[in-house]
Amino acid sequence: MRNRNATAYRFLTPYLLIFAIFWVWPIISSFMISFQATRTVPWRFAPSFNWGRLIGDPAFFNALKNTLLILVIQVPVMISLALVMAVLLNSPLLKARGLYRFAFFAPVVVGEVAYSAVFRLMFNLDFGIINKLLNSVGLPKIDWFSNVTPAMALIMIAVTWRWAGYNAIILLAGMQSIPEDVYEAATLDRVSKLKQFFYITLPLLKPVIVFCLVLSIIGTMQLFTEPFLITERGGPGGGTETLGLLLYRQGFRSLNFGYASAVAYTMAGLAIAITLAQLWLTREPK
Amino acid sequence: MSSRSSARLGRSIALHLFLTPLALIWLFPLWMMVVFSTMPDNGIFSPGIELLPHGNFIDNFNNLQRDTNFVGAIGISVSVAVTYTILSVLLTSMAGWALARYQFFGKGAVVAIILGTITLPYAVVLIPQFIMVARDFKLANTWVALIVPPLFNSLGVLFMRQSFSMMPDDLFDAARVEGVKEWRIFLFVALPLARPMLAALAIILFLASWNNYLWPLLINSQPGSMTAPVALGTLIGLTKVSWGGIMAGAVMLTVPMLVVFVLLQRHFIAGIAAGAVK
Repeated sequence: MRNRNATAYRFLTPYLLIFAIFWVWPIISSFMISFQATRTVPWRFAPSFNWGRLIGDPAFFNALKNTLLILVIQVPVMISLALVMAVLLNSPLLKARGLYRFAFFAPVVVGEVAYSAVFRLMFNLDFGIINKLLNSVGLPKIDWFSNVTPAMALIMIAVTWRWAGYNAIILLAGMQSIPEDVYEAATLDRVSKLKQFFYITLPLLKPVIVFCLVLSIIGTMQLFTEPFLITERGGPGGGTETLGLLLYRQGFRSLNFGYASAVAYTMAGLAIAITLAQLWLTREPK
Repeated sequence: MSSRSSARLGRSIALHLFLTPLALIWLFPLWMMVVFSTMPDNGIFSPGIELLPHGNFIDNFNNLQRDTNFVGAIGISVSVAVTYTILSVLLTSMAGWALARYQFFGKGAVVAIILGTITLPYAVVLIPQFIMVARDFKLANTWVALIVPPLFNSLGVLFMRQSFSMMPDDLFDAARVEGVKEWRIFLFVALPLARPMLAALAIILFLASWNNYLWPLLINSQPGSMTAPVALGTLIGLTKVSWGGIMAGAVMLTVPMLVVFVLLQRHFIAGIAAGAVK
C-alpha cells in the first residue's frame, strides 16, 4: 500500500464533505441548540432552560419509560427469535429452504408506512382479523388501541415482525462462517446438537450477536413510525409515546428546537451508554 | 430403517412442524395486505372472516388516487431513489477505495469516526439538518433535500472498504507500472471487479431511500413534493378515507420490492449480512 495523501483525500473529499455538512456540524449544532431558548426571537443562550425543563417534565419521563420498556422486552425477544430462525434455517434437514427464507426475510423490504397500515387494520377492535380469530377460538377480543398494555404489546409485535428476519440474515451469515469441521469433531465425540449450539455456536457467534444487539438498541431508542402511525401519535393518551415521538412533537409540531435537541442528546447518551455497557459485559476475557 | 436414520426423520419432521406455522404467521401480514387491497371498504369493515383476495383492486386504486396524488408521489419516490442510489454508490465506493488501498495521514481517525457514527442515533443530527436545509438553504420541498443529506452512510463505506481490500495488489500495480492514473484504475479496474458488491450495496441503498419516512416527512411536506410513503402516511388516521385505497398503495410500495428481493435474493442478503445499511 502506498502513502499518497493527495490521492486518498481526492477520493474521500465528496464523502467527507457530506459528512462534515450534514453530520459533524449538526452534532455540534444540536448540542449548542439544547442550551438555548428557541421560542424567543432571536434565540438566547439559557443553559438550564431546556435541560432544567427536561428533568422535571412528566412527558419526558413517560416517553423514557416507554422507550426503555420496549427496549428491555422487545429487543431480547426479537434477537432470541432471530437466533432460532437462523439455527433452523441453517439445518441440513430443512426442505424447501427457499420458501422459509422468503417468509422470514420478506418483511425486511416492507416499508414502515405500508406495514403500519396493515397492522392497524389487522388489530382493529371490531373488524380486525386478529380479534375475529381470537373470538373464533373462544377468546375475548382485545382492545389493542384504547388500553396501554395491549397497545405497547402491539408496537412490540409489529417491530419484532419487521426486524426479526433482518437480524436472522446477519446471524445466519455469522453461523455459516463457523468452520464445518468444528461440528464434525463434536458429532464424532457424540456431543448432542443442543450442546453443540450452546458450547460451539453461541460462543463463536457472540460478536455477531453483539452487533445485532447494538443496531437494535439504537434503532429502538429512536422508535418513531410505529407509535406515530399504528397507535396514532403515541396513543392511548401518551401510553405508547416514545422518545422519538416526543422529539418529533416538540421539534416539529411545537417548533421547540431547543427542547427537542435536549431530548435528542438524551437518546444519544443512552444509546452510547447502553452500547458501551454491552461491549464491556461481553468483552473477551484477557 | 436403522435407528439413526429414523431419529433423523423424527428430527426433520419436528423441525418442519415447528417452522411451518411460524413461517405462515410471518407471511400473514403480507398476505392480508394483498387481500385488503382487493376488498371494498365495506368488506374490510365487516364482521366476517375474509382470507382470500377479491376483485376490487382497481376501484381501491382509484379511491387512493382521489384521496392523494399517489401516482405523482410514486414518480418522485422512484426518481429520488434512483438518483440517490447512483450518487451514494459512487461516493461510498470512492471513500471505501481510499480507505482500502492507500496509506495516508489521518486514516485511523477517519475510520474511527465512521465506526463511531454507527452508535450515534440519527436523532442527534435531525434538527440541525432540518434547520439548515429548510431555513438556511431554503431547499424544503425539493429533490435536493430528499437526496443529499442522507448520502452519508457508515456501514456502506465499511462494506466497500472490505470489498476493495480483498482484491490482490498485483492487479493495480500492473496498471500503475504502465502509468495509468489512479482515478482510471478505480473506475476501470476496481469498480468492474467489485460488481457483485456494488449490486448488493445499490439494492440496499435503493431500498433505504424507497422506504425512508421520517426525513421526507419533515422536509417535503407540501402535497406536490411528497414521496409515496409520506403521501400514504398522511391518509392513515384520517376519518373519511378509503382503507382499501391505503392498502392498494401499500401493495404498490411493497410488491415491487418483494419481486426484486426474490430475483436478487443473493445480493440482498449479502448486502444486509455485511451490515451494509440499516
